[in-house]
Amino acid sequence: MLERQQVDHVARLARLELSDSEADTMAVELSKILDHIEAIRALDLEGVQPTSHVVDLVNALRADVPQRSLTPQQALAQAPEPTDAGFGVPSPGQGAE
Amino acid sequence: MGGGRGASVNAEVQYEPVIGLEIHVQLKTRTKMFCGCELSFGDPPNTHTCPRCLGLAGTLPVVNAQAVHYGIMIGLALGSQIAPRSQFHRKNYFYPDLPKGYQISQYDVPLCSGGQLGEVRIHRVHLEEDAAKLVHLGASGRIHGAQRSAVDFNRGGTPLAEIVTEPDLRSAEAAREWLSLLRTTLRAIGVSDVNMEEGSLRCDANVSVRPVGSSELGTKTELKNMNSFRFLAQGIRAEVERQSELLRAGQPVLQETLHFDPSSGRLTPLRSKEEAHDYRYFPEPDLVPLEATPEMIEAARAQLPELPSARAQRFAGALGLPAERARDLAFRSELADFFEAALAATPNGEPVALANWMQTLVERLEDGADPAGSLVSPAAFAQLVAMVSEKAISREAGREVLDMLVAQGGDPAAIVEREGLGAISADDGGLGDVVAAALASDPDAAEQVRAGNMKAMGPLVGYVMRETKGRADGAEINRLIRQQLGI
Repeated sequence: MLERQQVDHVARLARLELSDSEADTMAVELSKILDHIEAIRALDLEGVQPTSHVVDLVNALRADVPQRSLTPQQALAQAPEPTDAGFGVPSPGQGAE
Repeated sequence: MGGGRGASVNAEVQYEPVIGLEIHVQLKTRTKMFCGCELSFGDPPNTHTCPRCLGLAGTLPVVNAQAVHYGIMIGLALGSQIAPRSQFHRKNYFYPDLPKGYQISQYDVPLCSGGQLGEVRIHRVHLEEDAAKLVHLGASGRIHGAQRSAVDFNRGGTPLAEIVTEPDLRSAEAAREWLSLLRTTLRAIGVSDVNMEEGSLRCDANVSVRPVGSSELGTKTELKNMNSFRFLAQGIRAEVERQSELLRAGQPVLQETLHFDPSSGRLTPLRSKEEAHDYRYFPEPDLVPLEATPEMIEAARAQLPELPSARAQRFAGALGLPAERARDLAFRSELADFFEAALAATPNGEPVALANWMQTLVERLEDGADPAGSLVSPAAFAQLVAMVSEKAISREAGREVLDMLVAQGGDPAAIVEREGLGAISADDGGLGDVVAAALASDPDAAEQVRAGNMKAMGPLVGYVMRETKGRADGAEINRLIRQQLGI
């Protein structure tokens, strides 16, 4: 079982604010996922290649050819705080979390 | 690790620095790492963005083939192993300059592993994307006068190669010199502008100290933001000093990230929160593995020019230049190119003389200027050096001619003719007479030289130089003085 403290830690890393009951639910659900991983780990996987993809594909590359970019107006259209210098945000380290 | 190593207070202990570097290089592709937005520097904010590099939901990254090609070139230039199969990972952290909440980087299987440049071993080279730029706006009234910043995503997604060295450097100066060699090498292979001021070359340093003679590693700190060669050396020196003082006082060194402030020369802790390093890497599910095929590696190898370190060795070995002069030329490709063009322009060119005159030429050009862009052609330069070597003109006259070449170009022989700078020799009698006059004008000095005091030679040579307006060769004057004094 995942400890509450670990859930809080991961939530902070993900900048998620969880209520007490949400955190308790998460602890249960995340534990189930980890249990599943433990179950896989118990298998004999000698000689099995690690897989991060289900498709058997490599080198999906693109040529270094410019495509048209958005205009600044388009880019900033949905910004909550557009400024001439860019997307307005709280300064990091000033309660930006 | 190692917090207790400073437990014994000993002011006598000498500490040696152990330094490794982490270098980020912006690759000189046309477009970004994972989208087709053009790279830019200095353009208005957010004029080079698209849904992908803004991290909008539902977009997918596609790897720029040219960035991979450049990454392989770097690996080959550094003697690394190119991984037959590597993959990208997500490095997760929250920061306003990172719109997706993660940076696509490489983790356990980088594109290149191992290698060596000069005396320093390479740990790895991997590909990743650059973050956007944060501009501080100062306090705004919007949220109770809170400090605000603005994000400009033009830089976000620029291809980066991160080069990590082993901790093989032992002084701030060595770190600076090695970084210069790396920059020269990367510039020579044409993968980056490698400009520290513009941020296309950025260097962090991992610094620890240990008692001289010890083979253990002390606790290291990571130094960031040293955005010039001078600041790099300055930052490392300050940190080595700080750590040594801590240990001498019996205090532990804490593992932390320090930010270098160029205006004060001070280092301040950047991130104290431990979880800042908890990046929760996992394989990037949106990108398939990267296989560097033999064809890709050969294509990269075919584009590698002679590397600066190999060129320096050739200059020192085959051409017989002193090692330092060889490096001075080879580590600035434009100087080496000019030198070689001049050498090729003279059938019996003397490499050492040419190299010495290269330094004289460089001193007369603007700082960092390419001689190929000056009015001096390699052929004219070579001819001038040959005239001095053949004693057709004196060294002093040679310098004058070089001044004129730099100022207005032209043909050195014609300048010598026009300005009457041809050497006066003993053969036509003129120089012998001037030397005789010098001896007669200063019998004291003449007598001292005869008695073996060679310092007295100075005023005599000076007299001849004045009389001949620098057209006489110093060695020839020396020879004639001795001859006439019978020594």
